[in-house]
Amino acid sequence: MRAARTLVLGAALGSAAGAVLLRRRARSRDRVELYFDDGTLVTVGKGQPDAERLLSPARELLVAARG
Amino acid sequence: MAQTADALEHLTEISSQIEAAVVLDREGTVVAATVDDERAGRMAGAALELFRRADEQREQELVQLDAALEGGSVFVVRDADRLIAATTRAEPTVGLVFYDLKSCLRSLGEAPPEKPKPKPKRAPAKRRTTTPRSRTTTRKKKDESG
Repeated sequence: MRAARTLVLGAALGSAAGAVLLRRRARSRDRVELYFDDGTLVTVGKGQPDAERLLSPARELLVAARG
Repeated sequence: MAQTADALEHLTEISSQIEAAVVLDREGTVVAATVDDERAGRMAGAALELFRRADEQREQELVQLDAALEGGSVFVVRDADRLIAATTRAEPTVGLVFYDLKSCLRSLGEAPPEKPKPKPKRAPAKRRTTTPRSRTTTRKKKDESG
């Protein structure tokens, strides 16, 4: 009985930790890709300079679209 | 305006990934949208700000961008005098969304097709009730003087 409880508790903690990790990973994927007329592609990811300058209006756009 | 609204309606019909879209001019004025006016105005403002900030990144002109965010993605594509901004669920098929947005903008640039002129209706042919006349040939009168 005790072993079963420990197992259930362990599974619950594991899934919670997994959810947090997945959420963090998803957050870290925030990035903007810019396509210029000469064919160049510039990717600005979270943590890079200017990233928040671009990510902020992008988030506003998404929030506005969803009301 | 009606043409733009039709193009946006077509866009949301063909692309299941696009949740909301707005067409705006280079000044940020909403031309047409799939959402209500208030949301469209906010979307247009944010899209224009995003596009302007991104355009400052390099000397070359920016043609399109996409931003992958936690809860979804946003796309902005421009043509000569308009921008189209759209939002999708997370992890969309980026190439396909760009293709659909560009097609939508291209369709806005095209003149509406001219309606073909209706052909004038011919009066129904009268039925002959009498037997057709025998063919008559006209001969040139011989020159009597010759």
